[in-house]
Amino acid sequence: MSPDMKLQKQRSLLVILAWLVPLAAALLAAPHVVGPFHTLTILYGLVFGIGVLGFNLLLGYTGLLSFGHSAYFGAGAYTVALMVKYFKIGSMELFLAGSVLITALISLVFGFVCVRYTRIFFGILTLALSQVLWSLAFKFFWVTGGTDGLRIPTPSLLGMAPGTDKMEFLAFRYYYYVLVLFAVCVAVMWVIVHSPFGKALQAIRDNETRAEFIGIRIRRYRLIAFVVSGSFAGLAGALWAPLNGLATPDILVWTFSGEIVFMAVLGGFHNFIGPIVGAMAFTYLKTYAVGLTVYWQLALGTVLVVLVLALPKGIMGLVEIVAAKLRRAR
Amino acid sequence: MEFLLIHGLNALLYSSVLFLIAGGLSLIYGVMRILNLAHGSLYAIGAFTTAWAVGAAAAAGASNAVLLLVLPAGAIAAAAVGAALEPTLLRPFYKRPEEYQLLVTFGLLMIIEDSLHLIWGPNPLSAGQVYQFFGSVSIGSARYPAYSLTVIAVGIIAALALWAFIYRTRFGVVLRATSQNMRMASALGVNVNRIYIQAFTIGCFMAGLGGAFVVPGQSAVLGMGVEALVLAFVVVVIGGLGSLEGAFAGALIVGFLRETGIALFPEVELAVLYLIAAVVLIVRPAGLFGRT
Repeated sequence: MSPDMKLQKQRSLLVILAWLVPLAAALLAAPHVVGPFHTLTILYGLVFGIGVLGFNLLLGYTGLLSFGHSAYFGAGAYTVALMVKYFKIGSMELFLAGSVLITALISLVFGFVCVRYTRIFFGILTLALSQVLWSLAFKFFWVTGGTDGLRIPTPSLLGMAPGTDKMEFLAFRYYYYVLVLFAVCVAVMWVIVHSPFGKALQAIRDNETRAEFIGIRIRRYRLIAFVVSGSFAGLAGALWAPLNGLATPDILVWTFSGEIVFMAVLGGFHNFIGPIVGAMAFTYLKTYAVGLTVYWQLALGTVLVVLVLALPKGIMGLVEIVAAKLRRAR
Repeated sequence: MEFLLIHGLNALLYSSVLFLIAGGLSLIYGVMRILNLAHGSLYAIGAFTTAWAVGAAAAAGASNAVLLLVLPAGAIAAAAVGAALEPTLLRPFYKRPEEYQLLVTFGLLMIIEDSLHLIWGPNPLSAGQVYQFFGSVSIGSARYPAYSLTVIAVGIIAALALWAFIYRTRFGVVLRATSQNMRMASALGVNVNRIYIQAFTIGCFMAGLGGAFVVPGQSAVLGMGVEALVLAFVVVVIGGLGSLEGAFAGALIVGFLRETGIALFPEVELAVLYLIAAVVLIVRPAGLFGRT
């Protein structure tokens, strides 16, 4: 590495740190500063952030648009609910382990089928398979509670009982628990996409034929990416379950997959942190739209149409444009 | 015997409506290579408009004959919405990656679903007057609603008309040429933009027709479009995306499977449908009648 490149690398590291430190401080301080409403909204944003980050390993880095990620998110949440119902388990760590294991298995099976295709067929196939799970959750009501869903009590964290004040639990202890996991997930995903494996995925995305010629086993790489992506979504689903307190078929239905795609595009799927920004922005957007009007779908749909027409690279794309303009002005 | 016949007729009824929805979806994909996620919502527009129009006409004291004339209102409304949407919202996306096409139609789906809520409120609308007016016919010792037979007839007529339109008219030739090679058709002097808008309008008209004819038998409810879309997906995946013959065969397969499923294994009936779609995609990704 030439000294020039080294300098550049150090500088970009500094820029990242300059963003990361205040952001981390803000997230750490949030529960003590902004009150429970915003804390919970941020908490939802963080949970969806993990899921969309996983989703974007497929869309942004492998070039595969899944329209069925509700399946893995929902499977994560339902695993928690069924563990409570049938095994009377109350430990969050067991929930997470169980959910990641189950969703990894499901995405291995589904992925094995789906990665044989790309483009539109990949999208339809993922959608059809996710609908299989949805219809099972919908019809086997004696197991899954049907449309009523399954209740999920507050779990114990690291062996500590949740206590009686649910609000206090969610807005403080559970918030920090999720925040730590969120940081771990972001770090793991960062390592994945910057590893040789991640570079290979990007090579597949950019030119499938060339990637194959230099010896990358395309299908296997796509399958691994699919499983990792599904497991992240499953982990997010498991974290979402105690937060929402109820697992219903609504999180398995394909329109929820559409919302996941929406979040990724809103933040900008060409960017590493785009999905996180998108998940946070979408959560706030939806919370306010739902509070403001019963016609929130109309508002969000309009946002989506305008977004893809005018701002296809999402919020992070806009940030990049503004940053480039500022640099030139200086 | 009667039992089988009635179930068979029910399956045909279901297949006709499915064909109207899926045929339009497939036509649109075949011509402009866009998978319209809002297609089910156009079916819902048809259902709501007809229910409203029939209700309003009946309230004004219109005779039964007039009510029948009002029935296609939904198809016309859906066609009008389609004709307005294609040049404004979809055209900018033909040259962009598929994810954006899917997303813009997903946004449209959200907008249309809520607009229906905004215009007609949260309660189901029905046009039961027409259904009653048709009465019933006897099949053996059982009674079967005559209206259902009408819907089956409409489905068959629509399929025949569409086939004649596409394989027996000059417009059909141009449409097929554009679908096979848009650039070449354009170089030979075909106004591709006009073909696109016409094809999209016909597709939406069919979806609207499906909605219009389904609504006397069952109410127009919010969310019916989203549900219909996924089933139409299953139909076109089995038959082959972009193929009308495929949509026809797929609709029959799904119609009969569903009727059997509801009678014999209601719990997994939907799951079986989606699994069959997945299996077809794996074995024959182009579908039964698709071109590769």
